[in-house]
Amino acid sequence: MKSKIHLMKGNEAIAESAILAGCRFYAGYPITPQNQIPEYMSWRMPEAGGSFIQAESELAAINMVLGASVAGARAMTSSSSPGISLKQEGISYMAGMELPALIVNMQRGGPGLGNIQGSQADYFQSVKGGGHGDYRLITLSPSTVQEAADLTAEAFYLADKYRNPVLLLSDGILGQMIEPVELSERKFPELPAKDYILDGCKGRKPRNLFSLMMGPGVLEKHNFKLAGKYAKIEASVRKFEKFKLEDADIVIVANGIIGRISKGAANLLRASGVKCGVFRPISLWPFPYSEIKAAAAKAKKILVVEQNMGQMVEDVRLAVLDDSKVSFFGRPGGGCPVPEEIAAKVREIIK
Amino acid sequence: MKQVYCRPESLKDNANSYCPGCGHGIVHRLVAEVIDELGVREKTVGIAPVGCAVFAYDYWNFDVTEAPHGRPPAVACAIKRVLPDRVVFTYQGDGDLASIGTNEIIHSANRSDNITVIFINNANYGMTGGQMAPTTLPGMKTTTTQNGRDVKVSGYPVRVCELLATLEGTRYLERVMITDPANINKAKKAIKKSFQTQLDGKGFSLVEVLSPCPVNWGKSPLDGLKFVKEEMTKYFKIGVIKDETIQ
Repeated sequence: MKSKIHLMKGNEAIAESAILAGCRFYAGYPITPQNQIPEYMSWRMPEAGGSFIQAESELAAINMVLGASVAGARAMTSSSSPGISLKQEGISYMAGMELPALIVNMQRGGPGLGNIQGSQADYFQSVKGGGHGDYRLITLSPSTVQEAADLTAEAFYLADKYRNPVLLLSDGILGQMIEPVELSERKFPELPAKDYILDGCKGRKPRNLFSLMMGPGVLEKHNFKLAGKYAKIEASVRKFEKFKLEDADIVIVANGIIGRISKGAANLLRASGVKCGVFRPISLWPFPYSEIKAAAAKAKKILVVEQNMGQMVEDVRLAVLDDSKVSFFGRPGGGCPVPEEIAAKVREIIK
Repeated sequence: MKQVYCRPESLKDNANSYCPGCGHGIVHRLVAEVIDELGVREKTVGIAPVGCAVFAYDYWNFDVTEAPHGRPPAVACAIKRVLPDRVVFTYQGDGDLASIGTNEIIHSANRSDNITVIFINNANYGMTGGQMAPTTLPGMKTTTTQNGRDVKVSGYPVRVCELLATLEGTRYLERVMITDPANINKAKKAIKKSFQTQLDGKGFSLVEVLSPCPVNWGKSPLDGLKFVKEEMTKYFKIGVIKDETIQ
């Protein structure tokens, strides 16, 4: 696919962008609203010379991705909330084994089987753990189909650079939305050869990859090493968009599709004389605490808007450290606010 | 002087952590001998299970990774697809393969993943201290069936080879035991055939090894061997269960 503008669903754009980024292994299991990713991969991946497997379960799919990463391939899986819960086992193991991979979550409403509407209810699961153990997932939240495609490409680079799984945390709205998108092979700084993969010990000593570390102090040392890596990621991977913040009295903090809808709210408010801006975190981990703190310092009020009953708001409160300034507006279970609704909430808190 | 016996190159010179009378040491060595004899040490990737054999990478002198409990076939499937010219095998216990990993083994077999599976059946969960496994014999005492396995409560032992034999994708399935030199030789032959099946590109094969776990069984090493030979084989028949390697 040559670089040009395509009209694509978010799911398809993510899949094609992954192929262009050199992803050569995909395993997944059907679940709405992300089915266009495995459907696209089922024909496109073999065409690109890679492997596509429709796995018997999400557990098998994530462990296939683990295996493909052990063997050195750029590998990915995708699912939606209930399926992502099942993948947490493999994600934790990959974090422990320091294996790169891309995991895409096109979130739907929960808990349980929930529904198939877009949602942001998996924020805690994504950035506070999800699986067991002391680990972190680089978590990226796109707000347009173009950004979903761009972040997919970058996710593979970050995963390889830091030997860490990366989560693209999107939602059913963006997965199903059709928008123009420009796709091309992105250029990233060159990465060192993978000197940890298992491909047979010809000409070298045998290698092992594992996360069981039973010797006295060995696991503690490994956790310190991981923590050092996470600190490096926190210092260098901070992504966010500032929208009309320079003179803003009111700052809406929202990510993903809600960040985009909030920009519409800010425009409505500005048209009626309310100086409103939007801070849109793109990397949810690392979370842009200091940048939000700085944006909040100049503002009178902060409104956090989410498609859940208050998850990212906890991180915003940690950033702002002034609860009197921070309000929350949420629509859970697949509910999605329109700009007028968010604008009305802003008017309410500045009354 | 002609050397007739030595440590295989595929086996590291490390003391193993297995209990007295355990079968893992024997099977590790058989796998190592076969890999040496086939000349594939430098292109082999092994997958260790969760269970007693999780430390297999401390003993085998080739690339070995670890998989979450029950998932070695999924991991192996992917490694083989990414690197089709490498030799990929899983080494799994009965809890790993026949309980938590039932889904993975059935679908790997059904896809006829071109891999080798070495399946250790010792009728209990060894590493966690001897709980009931799906392969625990009826009436057999374990730490979670202290009056003996009651099939009305816990169901029946799973015959993995016979179960997998119903699937179109399986090419070679054999059950062996490692109770005496003659049977150890037969076990080695089966393991070699399983790796050869993969090298010939024929698809999925599995060797089930009835293996003693005397410490958890509360038996001496010799009585452990006797239990395999006299009790386990009544339920788990020794021999080739399916062979479609010659067509």
